[in-house]
Amino acid sequence: MGKSSVSLKNKDILQLQGMSEAHIRLVLDTAKQMKDIIDRDIKKVPTLRGKSIINLFYEPSTRTRTSFELAGKYLGADVVNITTSASSVVKGESLRDTLLTIEAMGVDVVVMRHEVEGSAQFASQILKPVVINAGDGAHEHPTQGLLDMFTILQYKQRIEGLKVVIVGDILHSRVARSNIWGLKTLGADVHVAGPATLLAREMESMGITVHTSVEEAIEGADVLNVLRIQKERQGKGLFPSAREYARLFGINSKRLKLAKPDALVMHPGPMNRGLEIAPDVAYGDQSAIQEQVKNGLAIRMAILYLVLMGGEEVETIA
Amino acid sequence: MKRLLKGGRVIDPASRIDMLADVLIDGGKIVKLGRGISAMDAEIVDCSGKIVAPGLIDMHVHLRDPGLEAKEDIVSGTQAAAAGGFTMVACMANTRPPVDSSILVEGLRERARRDGIVRVGVIGAMTKGMEGKELAEIGDMKLAGAVAISEDGHHVTRSNLFLSGLEYAAMFNCPVITHAEDADLVSGGYMHEGTVSAVLGIPGRPSVAEDIAISRDIMLAEYAGAPIHIAHVSSKGAVEVIRAAKQRGVKVTAEATPHHLVLTDEAVYGYDTATKVNPPLRSADHVAALRAGLKDGTIDAIACDHAPHAFEEKDVEYRYAPSGFTGLETSLGVILTELYHTGEFSLMEIVDKMSQQPAKILGIAGGSLAEGAVADITVFDPEYCWTVETDKFYTRGKASPFAGKSLKGKAVLTMVEGKIVMRDGQVTA
Repeated sequence: MGKSSVSLKNKDILQLQGMSEAHIRLVLDTAKQMKDIIDRDIKKVPTLRGKSIINLFYEPSTRTRTSFELAGKYLGADVVNITTSASSVVKGESLRDTLLTIEAMGVDVVVMRHEVEGSAQFASQILKPVVINAGDGAHEHPTQGLLDMFTILQYKQRIEGLKVVIVGDILHSRVARSNIWGLKTLGADVHVAGPATLLAREMESMGITVHTSVEEAIEGADVLNVLRIQKERQGKGLFPSAREYARLFGINSKRLKLAKPDALVMHPGPMNRGLEIAPDVAYGDQSAIQEQVKNGLAIRMAILYLVLMGGEEVETIA
Repeated sequence: MKRLLKGGRVIDPASRIDMLADVLIDGGKIVKLGRGISAMDAEIVDCSGKIVAPGLIDMHVHLRDPGLEAKEDIVSGTQAAAAGGFTMVACMANTRPPVDSSILVEGLRERARRDGIVRVGVIGAMTKGMEGKELAEIGDMKLAGAVAISEDGHHVTRSNLFLSGLEYAAMFNCPVITHAEDADLVSGGYMHEGTVSAVLGIPGRPSVAEDIAISRDIMLAEYAGAPIHIAHVSSKGAVEVIRAAKQRGVKVTAEATPHHLVLTDEAVYGYDTATKVNPPLRSADHVAALRAGLKDGTIDAIACDHAPHAFEEKDVEYRYAPSGFTGLETSLGVILTELYHTGEFSLMEIVDKMSQQPAKILGIAGGSLAEGAVADITVFDPEYCWTVETDKFYTRGKASPFAGKSLKGKAVLTMVEGKIVMRDGQVTA
């Protein structure tokens, strides 16, 4: 990889909407080299030594928080996790004041997960350190979108022209939105499917096709990205029962057959096995779900590296 | 003291006057209106190049007094009104405690008389404590001087209670103002449901919530034979419902805000909490329908729904910010910039909808430059170019979706009962 004129140095990573193809490719290319580090015996490299990263999580998370933490540590940075339930947030501290407090300690990157749409942008307006959005409400989850694209590239060698179908609760999904923007930028044919109550017709303005029939959507798909169904939506009257959802919208081996024979199955996790995805599909030959987790680590290493170091030194560590 | 407003273009919708003329004021009243008036003993106020209009009235503001003074109080709110060219405002009842009894109406009127810079009409709550369970003492409040009743802030969900409120208030010729959004449909939502909400991931408040609530309220008013006024209309469907009701003779009036007439939901991109308001900023098709309704008289009046909040309340994540923003100091400028300078509305139409119509709806004096009328007068310069600087606002609420915007047109003098309370943007009282 040669030195590139595109750089993400000191750039906030808030959303994939508006991120250029060149920037996306820079991340994906860098992640490929990072992935090699994960497989080494001794994973630690000194690239980000002396840099500090704060994981500020207002919502529970296993894989995103852990992979950002490990990504920072593998690259030699100091990483501190703040779980808001054990912080001054419970004393009523505002987001602005929490962020300013963190900034005063001299951190370089703030990775934030927050339940409110737009909170990452709010943070970026306040903070001088780089802000990485690890999910803001139902808005975006850019590193998830990047790792999903990275996974598709790994198995399909391309994204352009592929039919990618996202199935499930599209309306409330930050994963769906980041996937849609990123995949569209790289030229995929993006479809979404789910019950009408978990969709927004207006999402067609994003350049995608919206389906209420899963079968119709899956027909000839290259990639199926199955989203988690949050059970509390049922209590809000958005679907009648888990049983009916599984029957009408769940991805089982029979429905999977409608896609291309080599179609890839992904899921951002955590899964509700037997609800949105049948266990034999989740653990089947076409599933890339475990690989996604590993790729998530590579993508987060790439992002931390690029925002802190810029990209000029990629060759020296890979 | 005698004052002579000299050489301005006088626009008075009540008498259909639009001409260069002088206005002589004495003893707090307009004593003469005509060309070439000379009065040796009067203070001359040069109004050449300016518009002389009946005092503007904003029938929908939140002064937050009593109890919520961190947001606003009588003084700061009426200073903002004077700065914006308003000689009267009517304040909503959702204070702490809510204005739901005659003693509170009287107390607030007394405080406004003592401390207010412009006139304040007090609006009482329809239900006790604004809890939507029992009627408040509407008759008592009206007799104590309330100009209207309203549960503004939310919809009265119980249809039987709202029907009783309409019937009861009508006995006292007390206008009823409704904030009409179906509570279930807007539950959990905090912007217009549409393309922008789909992209931003923000739960929506669908326009049909407004259509339904306004339909119900109009039907109840029609059934009761009582008048009703619809606050801050923002949806296309609502405009159609009101238009049809007027055509069949229902006694319905309606207002629209500058922000709903000018901004779309695209303003929410960027998640600035100064764009969060109920009803929400809607898409361009709704804005066009609202303007058409304003033009054909379906929408009678312009009112800004001035809803100030403290800095720290708005300086939070979008979802957690309270709805509403400040409007009194931008209302006229926004309307002149977007509705007059675009050629869509005449000054006569604008002055009518910002002075005479609100006075008519509330059944109060004002909105007229007739000889003998009280000298509540607004002088504005429609060509004055300025930039909205929220830190210079008199209001305590600094959140405005118009912050930083360039506007053309501004009030330069506000006169209440012959007394100049604002001149060149400075509150003088």
